[in-house]
Amino acid sequence: MTEDEDRMEYAEQNALLKRGFDPVLTEPIPARMYLKNPPWLDYARAAVLVSVGIAMGLAAPMLRAPAPAAAAASPQLAIRAARAHLVYSPEVRHPVEVEAKDKDHLVKWLSKRLGTNLKVPILASEGFELLGGRLLPGNDGPVAQFMYQEPSGKRLTLYVTRPHKGDNVTAFRFAQEGTVSVFYWIDRECGYALSGEVDKPTLARVATAVYKQLEP
Amino acid sequence: MDYNLIIPFIPNLRRYARALVGDRDGADDLVQDTLERAVRKFHLWKPGDLRAWLFSIMHNVFVNQLKARKISPSVQIDETTIAAHVPTVTSVDVLDLQRALLTLAPEQREVVLLVALEDMTYADVSRALGIPMGTVMSRLSRGREKLRGLMDGEKARSALRVVQ
Repeated sequence: MTEDEDRMEYAEQNALLKRGFDPVLTEPIPARMYLKNPPWLDYARAAVLVSVGIAMGLAAPMLRAPAPAAAAASPQLAIRAARAHLVYSPEVRHPVEVEAKDKDHLVKWLSKRLGTNLKVPILASEGFELLGGRLLPGNDGPVAQFMYQEPSGKRLTLYVTRPHKGDNVTAFRFAQEGTVSVFYWIDRECGYALSGEVDKPTLARVATAVYKQLEP
Repeated sequence: MDYNLIIPFIPNLRRYARALVGDRDGADDLVQDTLERAVRKFHLWKPGDLRAWLFSIMHNVFVNQLKARKISPSVQIDETTIAAHVPTVTSVDVLDLQRALLTLAPEQREVVLLVALEDMTYADVSRALGIPMGTVMSRLSRGREKLRGLMDGEKARSALRVVQ
């Protein structure tokens, strides 16, 4: 083979490889790949913020790297769910707005606000009892959060939102937001995210139970 | 200097990793480990070619993973993959291509893919993989030759299938 023929053959090989693997370029980036900035950067930012004299109470949340806009696709659901989990699950006195003993009312109320018939999964077989739920503001309207608790005190939250325009139905996905693990999925009616500071296998087991119970 | 600088390179790292490793989960794990290491070593990066730096980190992680796999060749099944019904679109062509690639020695595969997918120059590859230019060239030509033979074989075989 001549050098020219070689070169053509190789150009063809490059094209073939690119054609084969270029679709990966446009796949949504898994949420877990959006890492935080290196720790030293946080220290640097903290130093600046403190020297400017911003109250630490206000400054602390700002030290977290903002979620990159590119994550907007569907991990947003996971991110918002994880944040809501972090805010409400440590609550001792008011973890929920409506307690599980008023479950019928809770479901009716949240269903009405979200504009769909919500189902509340029963997770007793997985060791988690329903504590109750609350209404939260979402990006595009109201969001429901149900909270579950294990005898040890460990809590899980199920975040339920109406899907946004352009949200695609997705299968089960996993995301890690700091210390919070999230399994999330979107079906035709709602987006769901189960969050907890538990190990992945445990969360996967419970999420599978939720998924099965909610599946129409 | 922060992580937002790295994010634009993630799609390219994933494409390369997919071709290098073969399966989606293994490839994304390689990318994940690479990103985490990049963040830990960020202070060592000297402003310059960030892409080459990231690919050199991926190379180191890949080599470590190969070593680790030699010791414990275990297949880990992620519970997410069991529960998921993710439709993966894979054409026969890509599978053939993937199979052919995986028969190349890893060090040849790396060079071929960096040149073919990333359009890296010999100098870029030499920097990313930490090997001399001469080695880049010899691995590239051996890898390309082998891949050509394999793809010709595939072509012949699929032609045969059509004839039958």
